[in-house]
Amino acid sequence: MKLSGGDMLMRALREEGVKFIFGYPGGAALHIYDAIFNQKKIEHILVRHEQGATHAADGYARATGKPGVVIVTSGPGATNAITGLATAYMDSIPLVVISGQVASHLIGTDSFQETDMIGVSRPIVKHSYIVQKTEDIPAIINEAFHIATTGRPGPVVIDIPKDITAPENKFEYKKPAKVSLRSYQPKIHPHPGQIKKAAKAILSSERPVIYAGGGAIMGNASTQLKALNKILNIPVTNTLMGLGVYPANDKHFMGMLGMHGTYQANMAMHNADLILAIGARFDDRITNTPSKFAPDARIIHIDVDPASISKIINADIPIVGQVKESLDALIKEIKRSKIKIDSEAVSKWNDQIKAWTAMHGLDHEMYLKKSKSKLIMPQEVVQQVYRVTKGDAYVTSDVGQHQMFAAQYYHFNKPRRWINSGGLGTMGFGLPSAMGVKLAFPNKEVVCITGEGSIQMCIQELSTCLQYGLPVKIININNQALGMVRQWQDMNYSGRYAASTYEESLPDFVKLAEAYGHKGFKVTQRNKLGPTLEKAFALKDQLVFVDVYVDQSEHVYPMLVSPNGSMQDMWLSRGKKT
Amino acid sequence: MKRVLAMLVENKPGALARVVGLFHQRGYNIESLNVAPVDDGSYSRLTVTTRGTESAVEQIMKQINKLIDIIKVADLTEGEHHELELALIKIAKVNDLTSIKKIIKSMNGKVLKNDESACVISVTGTSIDINNLLKVLKKKKIIETVRSGSIGLHESKKTLTI
Repeated sequence: MKLSGGDMLMRALREEGVKFIFGYPGGAALHIYDAIFNQKKIEHILVRHEQGATHAADGYARATGKPGVVIVTSGPGATNAITGLATAYMDSIPLVVISGQVASHLIGTDSFQETDMIGVSRPIVKHSYIVQKTEDIPAIINEAFHIATTGRPGPVVIDIPKDITAPENKFEYKKPAKVSLRSYQPKIHPHPGQIKKAAKAILSSERPVIYAGGGAIMGNASTQLKALNKILNIPVTNTLMGLGVYPANDKHFMGMLGMHGTYQANMAMHNADLILAIGARFDDRITNTPSKFAPDARIIHIDVDPASISKIINADIPIVGQVKESLDALIKEIKRSKIKIDSEAVSKWNDQIKAWTAMHGLDHEMYLKKSKSKLIMPQEVVQQVYRVTKGDAYVTSDVGQHQMFAAQYYHFNKPRRWINSGGLGTMGFGLPSAMGVKLAFPNKEVVCITGEGSIQMCIQELSTCLQYGLPVKIININNQALGMVRQWQDMNYSGRYAASTYEESLPDFVKLAEAYGHKGFKVTQRNKLGPTLEKAFALKDQLVFVDVYVDQSEHVYPMLVSPNGSMQDMWLSRGKKT
Repeated sequence: MKRVLAMLVENKPGALARVVGLFHQRGYNIESLNVAPVDDGSYSRLTVTTRGTESAVEQIMKQINKLIDIIKVADLTEGEHHELELALIKIAKVNDLTSIKKIIKSMNGKVLKNDESACVISVTGTSIDINNLLKVLKKKKIIETVRSGSIGLHESKKTLTI
C-alpha cells in the first residue's frame, strides 16, 4: 500500500515504539497533524508552548529511558523548541524533534514562518536532518532514533518541508534495513588492558572515591555500580545528574558533590588518592578550580564519549565504553585479581568520612525540631515532601535554590527518579517534565518541586495537565525572590538585589491553580506544612498546587568558594568558611 | 603550534557547516580550510590548519570525531607529512619576465598571463614558501591574491582512507 509522507512518518514512529508525541500544530506541520488524526496508536499531547513540549518529552525520556518525541511547526514553533533542545543536549537526553518547514520551493525566500531550523539548532543537537524526498522518511526516522539513543544519547532534529508530507503524493513504504553508518560506531566494550590497569589502581588505593554521574543513569548501570561497591565498600558520591544511581540510604553514600555538594563528599574528593569517575564529566560546578582539583588522586574515567575524557581533568586511566559493560568488566577483573584492597586503610578512610559527616554534614531532620521561628525553612519543605511521599516519588525540579534543596534533602534510592535540568539550568523545566513523567507512569506519585520564579516560566502547562488529566503535585517553595540570584547578590554584591524581587506583583497561586481547574493550597505557618502536604497528596486524582511561603533569607550551603578555590574550600553557612 | 588536520566527511547536506561551526563553538580558530570530494564522491576530504597546544588539538579532534558525518580525522603534524598550497597572484605587468620566472621556479611557478592589464602567476608550495614569495613580490605591488589553503597527506605508509 502506498502512503503519504505524513502517514509514513506516523508508521515509522509507530515502528520505533513511540507512544506519545508532544507537540503543537501550525501551517507547515498541518499535513503531519492530519496524519496524526488518522491513526489511533500514538497519542498526541497538545502543550501550550513548544518549550513545554520539549521538556515534557525530555521528562518522559529521563524517567523511562526511551526517546521522547516532539512535533512543532516551522518558524516560531521551531525556535520555541530551542531551549528544550539545548536542555536535552547538555544532559545527553534522547529526543527526536520533528519540525515542519515551509515547502521546498519556498526555502530561502524569507517566506511566512520560515526559519533555518537546521542552522539555528546545529550547536545543540547530536545530529539533524532535512528531509528532501518523501521516500527517505522511514530510513531517516530509523537512523534518527538510532543516533538519539546510542553512544552518548542526545537530541536529533528532523526538519520536514511541507510538500514532503503532502497527502496527494504517495509512495511505497520501504521498511528500513538495520542502521549501519560508517561514520558512527559508538564504542560499547572497554579495552581489556585499561580495565586491568583500573582494577589494579583501585585495589592498590587507600583513599578511593566513586564519583558517578548522569552517564551512569543514562547507561542503566545502577545495578553494576551497587554490585561493584558490594565488593569494594568505598565511599560514593553522585553528581546532581547522577542522584539515585547509587542508593542514598546506603551507608557508603556521601550525598551530592560539587558547588552545593555535602561537606563530606567534597572533602573526600579533595583528599582522595583515587577517583573512579563513572559517566561524569568533571564540569565546572564539580571541580571548582581545575588546577587545584584532587591533588593526590589518580583518576580513572569511564565514559562512552571519548571527548569527555581528559577535557577538564586529565585522566590517568581513560576507559572508553558503555558504563554498564565497562563496570561488568571491571567487576570481573577485580574478582579475578590477586591483589586485595587494603581493608584496614579503607576502613580508616570510611571513618574519616564519618567524622567529616558528623562535623558539617547536612541536617536531614530539621522539620522535626522545635524552633522559635514560625518561618518555614525551604529545606523542611523538601524533608516533609520526602516524608509524605515515603521517598518513592518521581521528583522534577526547576532551577535555583529549591533545586539544590531538593537535591540535598530528597533521598533518591533509585535511578531516573530525580528529573532536573543540570547542565543547562533551564528554569521552566519542572512542570512540563513532570507531565512527561506522569504520562509514562500514571500510577506513580510525580512531584514538581519548584520556585515562584521558575514555575512562572512554563505555568501555561497547567492547562495541558487539565486536558489530559495529569494529577501531578506542584510544591512551590516561595521565597518571593529569585533566591539563587539573591544569594549571589548577598555574597558578591553587598546585598544589592538588582532585579531579583517582584515587589508586590506575585500572583495568587491558589487562585491561579483554581482558574486552571486545579486545586491550590497556600501555607505560611510552620505547623501547617506537614498537614497541608498530607492533604494535597491525598487528593490522588487532582493536580494540587501547594504554595509554601518560606524564609526569604535562607541560603544554600555548603557552597564552594570561587573563584580560585579547591573542592575543600567551602562556605558552610553565612560568613563561615572551611 | 600550527596543526594540519585532515578529515573525511560524508557528502551530506550541512556536513561542512557542522565542522566549521564546531571550531567556533568550542573556541578554536580555523586558519585555512580546503575541501573537495574524493574517491567515489560520497565523501569529501577536508584539510584544516589551526593553532593550539597538544591537549587543545586532542580535544578538537575528539569533538570533530563526535560529529555523526565525520568518518575519520587525523593530525598530520604528528608525523612526517606533505603539505601543499596553491596560490594565484596578480601583479602589475612585468617587463622582465625572466626574473619573475626565476623567483617562482622552485615553486612550480607558471606565468598564466602577462599583458597591459596584469600579470597572473600560479605557484604551489608550503604555506611558508608562499608567505615568503608574497614578501618578495610585495615590491612589485600585488593586486590580488588567492590561496587554496593547505592540503596535506601522510608521507609514510600511514593513510587516511576508508
